Formats: sequence, structure tokens, C-alpha cells
Amino acid sequence: MKMKDASIMASPHKGNHPGSRLLLGLLTAVAGLTVSLHAEGPPTAQVNTTGLAVTDTTVTVGQLHSATGTMAISETGSIQAEQLAIDQINAAGGVLGRQIKVIKEDGASDWPTFAEKAKKLLVKDKVASVFGCWTSASRKAVLPVFEKENGMLYYPTFYEGLEQSKNVIYTGQEATQQIIAGLDWIAKEKKAKTFYLIGSDYIWPRTSNKIARKHIENVLKGTVVGEEYYALGHTQFGSLINKIKLKKPDVIYAIVVGGSNVSFYKQLKAAGITSDKQTLLTISVTEDEVLGIGGENLTGFYSAMKYFQSQDNPNNAAFVKAFKDKYGEKSVIGDVTQAGYLGPWLWKATVEKAGSFDVDKIAAASSGVEFKGAPEGYVRIHDTNHHLWSKLRIGQWGADGQAKVLYESGLIEPDPFPKGYQ
Amino acid sequence: MNIQELWSIFIMQGFAGISLFSVLLLMGLGLALIFGQMGVINMAHGEFMALGAYTTYLCSSLVQDHAPALLPVYFPIAIVLAFILSALLGALVEWGMIRHLYKRPLDTLLATWGLSLILQQTYRSIFGAREVTPTLPEWLMGSFKPTDSIDIPINGVFVLLLAGAVTAGLMVFMFKTAFGLRLRATVQNRLMSGAVGINTKMVDRMAFSIGCGIAGIAGAAFTTIGSTGPDSGSRYIVDAFLVVVFGGAANLLGSLASAFGIAQAQSILEFFLEGTKGKVATLLFIVVVLMFRPQGLFPSKVRS
Repeated sequence: MKMKDASIMASPHKGNHPGSRLLLGLLTAVAGLTVSLHAEGPPTAQVNTTGLAVTDTTVTVGQLHSATGTMAISETGSIQAEQLAIDQINAAGGVLGRQIKVIKEDGASDWPTFAEKAKKLLVKDKVASVFGCWTSASRKAVLPVFEKENGMLYYPTFYEGLEQSKNVIYTGQEATQQIIAGLDWIAKEKKAKTFYLIGSDYIWPRTSNKIARKHIENVLKGTVVGEEYYALGHTQFGSLINKIKLKKPDVIYAIVVGGSNVSFYKQLKAAGITSDKQTLLTISVTEDEVLGIGGENLTGFYSAMKYFQSQDNPNNAAFVKAFKDKYGEKSVIGDVTQAGYLGPWLWKATVEKAGSFDVDKIAAASSGVEFKGAPEGYVRIHDTNHHLWSKLRIGQWGADGQAKVLYESGLIEPDPFPKGYQ
Repeated sequence: MNIQELWSIFIMQGFAGISLFSVLLLMGLGLALIFGQMGVINMAHGEFMALGAYTTYLCSSLVQDHAPALLPVYFPIAIVLAFILSALLGALVEWGMIRHLYKRPLDTLLATWGLSLILQQTYRSIFGAREVTPTLPEWLMGSFKPTDSIDIPINGVFVLLLAGAVTAGLMVFMFKTAFGLRLRATVQNRLMSGAVGINTKMVDRMAFSIGCGIAGIAGAAFTTIGSTGPDSGSRYIVDAFLVVVFGGAANLLGSLASAFGIAQAQSILEFFLEGTKGKVATLLFIVVVLMFRPQGLFPSKVRS
């Protein structure tokens, strides 16, 4: 897909007078239109004015996840989904006529490593965008790098909110989207009044529980009877389980992540805390985690997510099939995996809207970008805050490791800085 | 909440402490043998545990695919296999690496750390980055209920019994067998032992491989509690060293006492404080004790 008229279109706009940028923008928009008509890319000099790794035929992006370490259990799905989306985009002609090339880096579940690799991707590889990170700790570690080097990060995980950056598109839910509707549902369905909040010890569980506590105390007029945190990778929950038995909460609200999940749910079951006697709502267990935990240890417990693999719609049927064809019949798809899949598609739509790979232009063009092919149904980037409009669903886990969707909210506006919850 | 329920929770909490004790003990035993008796700091100890865990996982997958009828009984066999494989690898490592470094203790530290990295990457290449859990026999899951309000986790009981058996076995081995005698003699005076006809090189190899084998058993037992990933070993090793150092390096009794002390401190503090704070308080307690007793709880009395 070589551009024949590259020199003609690029040359008149090398000047620096004020009007030229506007003109360039207009031309870019026209060029973008041409792309969709002829499936042929506009000249590189025009779509890439900041020295990104874009050639006439390719554009290079980065992928930055933990392929190793305690978070690998969770992040592997995102890596696969992003790759699937990129493959599908390439098969359909690429972005602005350019095939996407991926540079994969391993953050190794270690936050300084994430920052180092982010810098490498942006400074050395000059990638046009990065799909990556999973934990908030890793995102916080790379954020200063992305802002300083002006990169673009598509972040797939549901997270605690309280953040908004020109350089990040958040394709998962922020906390209020995931927490509030879920708590409302459980309070109504189970007449729950007392809650025990449990989390792994880092920023996402702590901030999320803070929001949950405010909502429980101020809106639901309930009580938080316990709130505690355990180090990532912690495996001994005996004392905690006894405290739960002592305080008998209506609902255990769990935000345990990574390998600790397996120990936590196995030990709950071994201690006789099962769904027939105890309601448990978690916002950190997706189909991916269930694979490790074992559906039989979770049967009857609830997860609040925006996506479940069992969702019944044509987009999801096609997505699940493509995913299983590529990664095997046994593979499962969790919420973050699906959000990871959104990243490359949203980036493609935004680049085509902006008619440019330039990070500044993408950041500006993101407002209102829709993706109707989303497996979760439909998503749209918010006009001002770079988060997505999305729905919340409550799933109840079965022994087969799949959730039955019991509840679906309306489209919820993302609100990363919720008033009254900070 | 009545008195009886409080009593039940007291009992279950007591068991949680004992259960943690057995886990720490299993972690520390193999290391105590190698570190205490031979003076070798085996940084790859955690990876030997992971080997045991992966052996169990392999057994479980094989049984599930080829002989599902054996699922209820494979677990003890997997533990024995875990011991044998880890011990064999231990012997190989001793022969290929450790024996050349006995006179350079700091170099064994570096060498075994390198070995741990190699093993981690090997696990990653073979089993993938995802953490895995073997399918456990049904009788290992669930709880034992002596009364209505008491649930004692069966996997905890199992690990406790296993830890007891391994400790007893090791004690008998050290103090009642001819080999144990030779091992203790070698530790006390290597030259003299050699002079009276003990094959000290063989003693070293046996001790190292048994230490590694016990790590394998520990790893297999931990699959009932948590999941296994390529770097699980690096998480185990901290606790294992804590037990050995706190107990006094050259003493099995010390390891026993230190595992018990740490486990009780941690589970009680976790109960009355909360997760993270409990851990911090436990570590502080250990630091303070070590400041006053730098050699650990039971220092070895050796004339220099």
C-alpha cells in the first residue's frame, strides 16, 4: 500500500505560518476519507509529524503487560485479546492503510520495570501507542513516563478512578461504574446491611473500598464491620476467615487479586463459608481468575463486571469464537480481556477520525468515539474524561467457571472524580 | 454471639495458628538441614518447592486425562514423586555445582541464586506464566466439623500431619540411624570424620539431596493451600529463611520453635490487628528478638 502522491501532498505544508496547521488538519480529514474509500494510506509525513515509528506500510505499537510474575495469571488474557484485535485490524487493511507491528515488553509484575519498559517503548522504539498495564500500581508507575514523553496508553483494567490524563484512554470501568451499581443491587436483592471489605494491599483495592465504604455508609445506610488488606501473593487467610465468622457480615465484599485469589476462595470453602450461607460480591474475579481458583470453589458467589463471556449478543458470539479459534477451545475470556480487545479498535477508530497518528491529535479526537462492535455491546469514549460509557452486570458463578448474568444496568457515565466519595 | 460461638472461634483461630506453623515448618526444614548442617545457603530452595508443586500438578493432569478413577488416591503418590524428583535434582546440583564451592560459602549464595533464576525460567518455559493448581482429591477439600459451629479445614489438617511426619522422620534419621551419626560427625569435624573412614563427600551429597527432597514435599503439600507459578519459589524463600535464621541456623529444634513462634505471632496479630499490620508487627518482633539474640533462638554451641 504505497502512496503515489506522497510528495505532492506533503510539500506545500512545510511552512510554519499559523494557517498551515488548520489547513493540514483539513487536508488530513480529507485524506482520512480517501483512506476509507480506497483502503490506501495517506503519506507518512502527513500522518506522523512527531517522529513516531510509522512508515508508508507499517505502524509500530507497543504492548506492555506482565507475562511473568504474580500478575501473569490475570494479564495473559489482555495480551491475547489485544493481539487478536490487532490481527483482525491488520486482516481488514490496517490503520490508515498501514499494517500494525507490535513490540511486546514484559513488565514482570514489577512496577519499576513497567516504567523502564514504557520509557524504552516511547523513547527508543517510538511506538505510536501502547496497549498495556493491568494493576493501578503499574499504571501509576508508567503515567509520568507517558506524560513526559507524550505517549498514548490504552489501559484495559477496571480501576479505582481518581485519575484522568491526556495520555491515557481507560477502556475498563472506573470505580463508581463498577462499585456503586453493584452495591445497590446486592443491598436491594439481599437486604444487606453489614459489609466486610477485604482487599489486596495496593491502591486499587484500597481506593475502591473507600468508595464502597462511603456508598455503604452514606447512601445505603449500612455498616462496614471490617476492612482489611493482605500483601499481594499472601496465601494464609485463616485468621481473616475466623474474623468473618465472628462478625457475620451480610456481604463479604472482596477485592483480592492475583495468586492470592486461589488461596482465599479455597480456604473460604474449606472453612465452610459457601454461597448457601454467605453472600459474597467481588469486583476482582473474572473468568480468567476462576480458571485458577476452580469454579467449584466459587459456586454461587457474585462478581460485578461490565462483561461476562456468557453474554448473549452477536458481537460477543463472533468475539468468543475468534478468540477460541486462536487460543484454543479451553481458553476463557474475562472482563479485562474484553476491555483489552477494545483498545486497538478504539485506537484505530480514533486515528482514522483524527487522520493522524500524532498523539496530540488522537487525544483530542477521542471525544465521543464509538465502538459498536464491542463484545460487551456498545461503548463510547466520554466527551471530556477519556473513560468509557458502559453498563454494569452482575454474574453468578457456576461450577463450570462461567457466570450467569443476573442483572444489567443502563449505560453508566464514567465519573473518575466522584463528588462525595473521596 | 454467645459464649459457645466465641469458644468455637477461639478453637478455629488456634488451629489457624497451628496450620500456619506447619506450613512454615515444612518450608524451613529442608533449608535448616542444608544451611544448618552443611553451611550452604541454598537460595534455590524455593524453586525446589516449586518443583514439588509442579510435580503434583503434572500428576494431577496425567491422572485426570488418563485414569480419572485414580483421582482420589494419586495425591500421596504425587508427594512421594515430588520428594524423589527434588532429591534427584538436589543430588545433581550438589555434584555439578555445590561440591566445588564448599570452601567458598559466599559463592554458593551467588551460584544457588543463579540456579534459582535458571529454574524459574525453566518452569516458565515448560508450564507457562500462568499460575496452576492441581485438581485435588475431594477428600482433601471441605472441612471437618466436630460441632456445628467449628470448621477445621481438612487440607490444614493434612499439611499439619505431613509436617509432623516429615519432622519425626528427619529426627529419627538424624539421631537414630548410622547415616545421621555420620552426618553429625562430619558437621562437627570433617577432617577427623574422613580419617575414621566416613565418606564425607557422600554424606554431603545425601544431606543436600534430602534437604531438597523435603522442599519438594513442602511444595507438593502447598498445592492444597495456594496456586503455583514459576516464581512461587521466590515468595516461599523469604519465609523459609525467616524460620531458619530466627531459630538459630544449626538447630532443628530451633527451627521448630521459631516456626511455632512466628506462626502464632502472625496469626494472633492478624486476628487482632489486620492483615498487613499483623505482618509488619510480626517482622518487627523478629527484628527486635534478633537484635538481642543475633544467633537466633537456639544458637549452636560450637567451640571455635
